[in-house]
Amino acid sequence: MTPAAATAVLAAPAPPGFLSPTGVEIAFLLVGLVTLGAALVSVTTRQLVHAALWLVVALGGLAVEYLLLTAEFIAWVQVLIYVGSVVVLLLFGLMLTKAPIGRSPDADSGNRWAALTVAVAAAVALVWVVVDAFRTTWIDLDGPAAGTTEVTGASLFRHWVLPFEALSVLLLAALVGAIVLSRKAKADAAAPAAPGKEGAR
Amino acid sequence: MTTTTLAVLVPLLPFLGAAAGLLLGRTAPGFVRPLAVLPPLASLVLAALVAVRQGGDAAVDARTELTPTGSVPIELALHIDGFAALVAVLVAFVAACVQIYSTGYLRDDPRYPSYAALVSLFTSAMLLVVYSGDLMVLLVGWEVMGICSYFLVGHYWETPEARAASLKAFLVTKLGDVPFLIGLFALAADAGSFRLTRVLGAVASGAVDHPTPIALLLLAGVAGKSAQFPLHTWLPDAMAGPTPVSALIHAATMVAAGVYFIARLLPLFQASRAAMVVLAVMAAVTMAGSALAALAQDDIKRVLAYSTVGQLGYMTGALAVGDRGAAVFHLLTHGAFKALLFLAAGVIIHAAGTNSLAAMSRMRGLRDRIPDAYWTMTVALLALAAIPPFSGFFSKESVLGAAEHVTAGHTEHAPGAAGWIVLAAGLLTALLTAAYATRLWLLAFRGRGAEAPDHGRQPLTMTVVLWVLAVPSLALGGLAYRSLPGWFDGRDLTPTLLTSILGTGLAVVGGLLTYGAWQRTTALAARTPLGAVAAHPEGDAGLVEAEAIATHQPAYGDIAHAPDPADPGRLLLGPLHRTAAAGFHLDAVYTALFVRPVQAGASLVRFLDREVVDTYVRAAAALPRLLGAAVRRTQTGNVQTYVSALLAGTVVLAVAVLLVATGA
Amino acid sequence: MHLAYPAVLSALLFCTGLYGVLARRNAILVLMSVELMLNAVNLNLVAFDVWLSRTARETLHSGQALTLFTIAIAAAEIGIGLAIVLAVYRNRGTSDIDKLRDTAEGPETAGPDTEGPGTSAAEKAEATA
Repeated sequence: MTPAAATAVLAAPAPPGFLSPTGVEIAFLLVGLVTLGAALVSVTTRQLVHAALWLVVALGGLAVEYLLLTAEFIAWVQVLIYVGSVVVLLLFGLMLTKAPIGRSPDADSGNRWAALTVAVAAAVALVWVVVDAFRTTWIDLDGPAAGTTEVTGASLFRHWVLPFEALSVLLLAALVGAIVLSRKAKADAAAPAAPGKEGAR
Repeated sequence: MTTTTLAVLVPLLPFLGAAAGLLLGRTAPGFVRPLAVLPPLASLVLAALVAVRQGGDAAVDARTELTPTGSVPIELALHIDGFAALVAVLVAFVAACVQIYSTGYLRDDPRYPSYAALVSLFTSAMLLVVYSGDLMVLLVGWEVMGICSYFLVGHYWETPEARAASLKAFLVTKLGDVPFLIGLFALAADAGSFRLTRVLGAVASGAVDHPTPIALLLLAGVAGKSAQFPLHTWLPDAMAGPTPVSALIHAATMVAAGVYFIARLLPLFQASRAAMVVLAVMAAVTMAGSALAALAQDDIKRVLAYSTVGQLGYMTGALAVGDRGAAVFHLLTHGAFKALLFLAAGVIIHAAGTNSLAAMSRMRGLRDRIPDAYWTMTVALLALAAIPPFSGFFSKESVLGAAEHVTAGHTEHAPGAAGWIVLAAGLLTALLTAAYATRLWLLAFRGRGAEAPDHGRQPLTMTVVLWVLAVPSLALGGLAYRSLPGWFDGRDLTPTLLTSILGTGLAVVGGLLTYGAWQRTTALAARTPLGAVAAHPEGDAGLVEAEAIATHQPAYGDIAHAPDPADPGRLLLGPLHRTAAAGFHLDAVYTALFVRPVQAGASLVRFLDREVVDTYVRAAAALPRLLGAAVRRTQTGNVQTYVSALLAGTVVLAVAVLLVATGA
Repeated sequence: MHLAYPAVLSALLFCTGLYGVLARRNAILVLMSVELMLNAVNLNLVAFDVWLSRTARETLHSGQALTLFTIAIAAAEIGIGLAIVLAVYRNRGTSDIDKLRDTAEGPETAGPDTEGPGTSAAEKAEATA
């Protein structure tokens, strides 16, 4: 997709430049930097529990970004499920597998240089493509919010009822699967998995 | 039934008997003996009927073609002339006698069913050879006989001698059969047919362009089958088989197949003077050499084996002078008395518990233990030595007479040189034959020393057969020589005065010389004790014989020869004795000439195979293994490595697609 | 707001998660990285949904609905994933991904049955050390 085509689709007046950002953009950039930094620390830190905590920061930052994009319902769901339950689950998992507290020198596998190469190459390619494609595209955030609870709920229960119910079946299957997988030993291995899915509902 | 039907049944019945015997041998042991004995007897009756109906008149010809077989047709054809009819009667007669004898001889042998079936199969193959009018069908019977001989010589396969002998018999005869097969093909290519009548017609009309090479190639096969020099070495060793087998296969029938084959195709051989001379030389060397070797053997069966070789030499000699009537006449009488000799020798071995003449010469009263064998053996030995009026005299004199006839140069069909060669060798052999026959008789029945062991009476089946066979040995020659020319080519078979006097005189001289030598040496026997007898004399004759064969080498140091100073042969032969006992070291010569080079070649091939060919094979295996090891290194089992590679590939592909899509 | 901002941020987050998946040794940390990647996708979905609902008058809100679904599926995934990691930890005494190499063929092709207990015992000893 060329910039010319993108502008033709938009059919909008000359888009604002990158050099004169609005307040929302500045906030988005700053929170984005924090999120990205937290994510980077989370995947590189040698302290396993810290990694989970930095993940909380990154996921929380993403919730703020959702808010800035006027998707408030998603933002609260993000806080509820990710920050509230997934990270708790992960922490439980770390503890149940007797993850060492403190610095563990072997947190990274011997694959890290290959991983770094692949990740950097992928990042360069993606950023290049995305910037090339969308550098003139503009989101108009004025007007009624696109992601309020009312709007989301209306679209969800008007257009997405069937997939929504199908999803509940999937979650049930996941619940049963988790119980079966962790049934043989202590019952409490399945216990933390169950409320996670209840929360997801 | 027509004569053709009868003739077809003659080889078919023993074949069916053999098949049934092989199938039922284990499950129904009670049927084995009837199945072994009855088919040859029925064949004998049928063959006699065929002979009577044919009556020496025009040959019976019948043929059917089962399926087209390319350019030269192969047909199931019968060609029964006087030769075929009479030889078939002889084969069936000897086979029936041997089967009856075997029921007693191998009474307790656990392998009797397969033995009897193989003998029946052999009989069937020989009858097929005799009656067949198509050379390819003849070859089938020829080869079946070869393989039956292999199995039967190796009947006592527990002994290494029997194993070696069976292999040797098979390989040596096959050595002759390869040129034989090529010769048959060449003959068929020249004549345009495998049928006997058409081949003979082509020979008569001069259509066969290369008679000499074809005759010489066929001669190689004949020499192998009929144990003629230089391919005769297997026959003495084949005595490691049971005695009835020796009687049937290695005396009366199979070895006669080669002679019979030449007799059938004699016009072809006569078309080539070179082939006739070669035949004469072969016959002369075979006769004289084998008679000398027979004089030095210690094993009674080996004496008889060498005498078989010599008598076959007489037959080929008769063929070399172009008289197939004399050859087949001698074949008939020899088949009768040689079968008798072998079967009687089997009885002697059983009674004496040894097959060594040296050991027998130290036994007193052996002849009283086995009077049947004593008398019949005497008759057969007199026939062998060609003393009138026994049957051997008439047939041998007909051979010598034919040779003498050729020396006079009256004949077109045979070169005079062949006549001289055959006559000289035949007279010399007559002397030697009488000598070794006398030696055998004296050593076996005139022994002095300890009393011969008493193993009870011999089975009736064995002794009756001896007397049955003694009748033709005694009277066949005298009764038949006048009527036989009607069956054969019509040439007179009456003994001529000159050769009769010469031959008989030489035979008497040979006998007297041996007797004189024996008189001088027999006193030595008491001074050098010798002898080993079988450990289980109460067993059946086959077991005793197997033990005797197995113990001969350990007891006397050699399978053919014993260090016995009381042997008249030693005195007669003088320094030649040792060489003659070893068969003139022909085996050693063959070892040096053929066996060693073949073994060296085999080891060379093995070396090439192991070191050169296998190197390529191993390299072909090693290269993929190296590649596999290299590839396996990437299979770490680490999921992250795999995902890394997967995603790296995805990135590369995505970038490539982007570059192509944007036209960069 | 420029669409490029959330798009680039999501791309970078995604690659960060990618690095974590490939480089982390502990299976639970790998799961965390997977969560990061999923969230990067979610951000993309939300940003494009907002953009499309304004510029293309799109009222279906498919981006937000898919985001919700993704979140639900991610929750289910984390539950199952943790159960699997726990089961592995219980059986093998470790949750290190690069020690779970049963699919690899050893240098001497000994049977996996004979090899399995020995390595797991060694891993247990290593994990407890």
